[in-house]
Amino acid sequence: MNASAIAFYAISAFILGAGILAVTTRKIFRSAIWLLFSLIGIAALYFWMQVEFIAALQIIVYVGGIVVLIIFSIFLTQSSGEKMKAPTAKRNIFAILAALFGFAFSANLIREYGFPATAAQPFEVKVSDIGERMLSLSDYGYVLPFELVSVLLLAAMIGCIVIAMKQTVPVKKEETI
Amino acid sequence: MNSIPLTHILFVSTALFFIGMYGLFTRRNMITMLMSVELLLNSVNINFVAFNKYLYPGNLEGIFFTMFIITIAAAEAAVAIAIIINLYRSHQSIDVEDATDMKY
Repeated sequence: MNASAIAFYAISAFILGAGILAVTTRKIFRSAIWLLFSLIGIAALYFWMQVEFIAALQIIVYVGGIVVLIIFSIFLTQSSGEKMKAPTAKRNIFAILAALFGFAFSANLIREYGFPATAAQPFEVKVSDIGERMLSLSDYGYVLPFELVSVLLLAAMIGCIVIAMKQTVPVKKEETI
Repeated sequence: MNSIPLTHILFVSTALFFIGMYGLFTRRNMITMLMSVELLLNSVNINFVAFNKYLYPGNLEGIFFTMFIITIAAAEAAVAIAIIINLYRSHQSIDVEDATDMKY
């Protein structure tokens, strides 16, 4: 058990603990803050796996973007101090049973297969390699998905504006007789 | 670094996935359900990066899939929140039990 292993287990416990609190706490604002901690823990896990680029992306997009968006929408839609209704006991028990059964099933499959390690080759992700592959026109290049995702983001942006735009109610002219 | 086998990382991401699934089953508030979906997507991202690092260290496919998933998750969260705000405006509630106008 060296320092790296201890760091991994600490990060994992942090992610799972924050995740459990995010889905069980009754106050919605606290739930958002626990989600924030869980996402930061996942970024730390990416740093531990030495994919610094993905970790930076995770912090920028999730922590800086999505969680802030969620917190804004909480402020816009409801009073954040109120407690939410607790789930009914029947639903709670069946949800716990389903989650535990699914976890046991998947964990059993993973444990039995075991994933034999392949040749230990150092895993290095250079950002320049990612950029070249992303815009490469040759085989196994990712320029087509890149363009598709650009169009998708544009469509999502316009769609959000159209959906959330305040609809102007046509003013009915009062007929005075 | 190599003292942690791949299966332990997969256990963590599986546990995170089922935590998100539990949240999706029990929560009835649309914003918290959206948070659970974010947890699910993140657990899948951990899987992609871990498989890439441990099984195919010469390739970059897992990294690319993770990047595209993060992009699409951002678009999905933005659209979902726009829909939630619009629903709140018309129904004064973001509980899924109250949004049954188009159910039958």
